[in-house]
Amino acid sequence: MPSDPAAMTFVRVLVEKAAALCGFDDKQIGGIVLAVDEACTNIIRHQYENRHDERIDIAVIADEADGRLRFIIRDYGPTREADDFRGRDLADVRPGGLGLHLIRQIMDTVEYSPADGGGMQLELAKGVPAGVEGQ
Amino acid sequence: MAFGNKKDKSAGRLAISQSEQGGATVVKLGGEVDLNVSPVLRDHLKSLVQEQRKVVVLDMSDVPYIDSSGVATLVECLQGVSRYGGVLRLAALGDRTRSVFEISRLDSVFAMRPTVEEAIKG
Repeated sequence: MPSDPAAMTFVRVLVEKAAALCGFDDKQIGGIVLAVDEACTNIIRHQYENRHDERIDIAVIADEADGRLRFIIRDYGPTREADDFRGRDLADVRPGGLGLHLIRQIMDTVEYSPADGGGMQLELAKGVPAGVEGQ
Repeated sequence: MAFGNKKDKSAGRLAISQSEQGGATVVKLGGEVDLNVSPVLRDHLKSLVQEQRKVVVLDMSDVPYIDSSGVATLVECLQGVSRYGGVLRLAALGDRTRSVFEISRLDSVFAMRPTVEEAIKG
């Protein structure tokens, strides 16, 4: 997808569909959509400094054996240390800085790593609800 | 902007309409509040803060989605309104929208009411 905020509606629809197929309930689906959206908008704002003509790759993996819904989100911006991606203290009520906190609250796994060839890769994963089979 | 008047505008996919009801300025939002439209919402709310509106009610009943940029915009408005002793109340949030405030631990910071009518009353 392009690093254009206008494209995020399309991404949200796809993520919602994937999460629904995996058996998450409505509130969980809303959270997963939010987490992926926040991850992409963080890339647009911080990795690409609001340039809207860069590239973001998103892979969606729903593996029954793995039991998790996974998203691999890759950008081609600067390569940073994983420790650079930290949320802020929520006790400090102010605009901004919420995105990463939301992602960490919603997803079971949030792992940043340098991508091969430059840029960053983020893996987000959430365990599929028990009792859901055949996804 | 005259009391009793209603004005509408849309920004991308976000529709913003405003009216005066029971002494409150009611701003009805329609559409997703995301990074794409938050700047326009911010400008609209900033104008209300500059006009020092005493009671601002945001009708969220037609907002199916809000991201952190939208929440940040509302935090900024809340802080601006509080500075001159005004109040900002959020009304009619859906489950998903409310959940974003809960995860952000901002549900106790904002005054939230089930309906616009209750938000106008206090």
